[in-house]
Amino acid sequence: MKLLISITLKEDVLDPQGLAIKNSLSSIGFDNINTVKQGKIINIDIKEKDPSKAKNQAKEMCEKLLANTVIEEYQIELKQ
Amino acid sequence: MKAAIIIFPGSNCDRDLAVAFEKVTGKKVTLIWHKEAIIPKNIDIIGIPGGFSYGDYLRSGAIAAKSPICNAVVNFANAGGYVLGICNGFQILTETKILPGTLMRNKGLKYICKDTELLIENNNTAFTHGYQKQQKVTLPIAHHDGNYFADNDTLSFLYDNNSVAFTYLNNPNGSINNIAGIMSKNKRVLGMMPHPERLNDTQLGGTDGALIFGALDTIFN
Repeated sequence: MKLLISITLKEDVLDPQGLAIKNSLSSIGFDNINTVKQGKIINIDIKEKDPSKAKNQAKEMCEKLLANTVIEEYQIELKQ
Repeated sequence: MKAAIIIFPGSNCDRDLAVAFEKVTGKKVTLIWHKEAIIPKNIDIIGIPGGFSYGDYLRSGAIAAKSPICNAVVNFANAGGYVLGICNGFQILTETKILPGTLMRNKGLKYICKDTELLIENNNTAFTHGYQKQQKVTLPIAHHDGNYFADNDTLSFLYDNNSVAFTYLNNPNGSINNIAGIMSKNKRVLGMMPHPERLNDTQLGGTDGALIFGALDTIFN
């Protein structure tokens, strides 16, 4: 099972990198951008066929290591 | 005072920190490789040095925090042991949750390397009793991810317990409330972004950092 995990800063945490990207996009002509949020993608292939077990493992890995839940949130997508 | 220093792959301030401890104690510091699972007996204080453990991969200090030795450090701290985490060491302390909050990318996005002025906020601890309250001291910072963040509940907890040790006079990195260093509730664990071990000798250009190591030494003798 493939776990597609994306990690971004929480809504109320300042994201200066996102802001820098927004400004740079603006400078090259994209002037209709409201916000940019930058994050990480971590793709993990595990030996697990049960989607529910896979999702739980992904959540546990995020809580324990992959995300710093003080300032980050995560989304998990599964792919067979 | 018997000090031990944990070394991770990528730590680079371990020797400077060892010199700082040895200068006041006259004793050789015990060096502990991160793969060890046990802190040797009779250690009074553990130093977690600066550097780039695991290349700051994933998040600064995140992977180091899962090393076998960090489990032992957590137990050591919970049992009342003293821990001094500097720069990457502070990051590791927050990732192990020994200290609350987190260190984020500097607000200005640049790596900052310069001497900076700090205020002593709590001089009533083993680490800081060599300073006056509100004394201005100068210590160098050298970091990319020194922007301290904590939510409102955590900040209340820190202030209620007098746990803020140092603040920046001219906030270089966006740290909330200018916080440069914090302590555990029992005041035996200190995490700080500036490097006291880099300014503890006139030959290094200043001695403001020496007061931390001197202060610690008096506690154990």
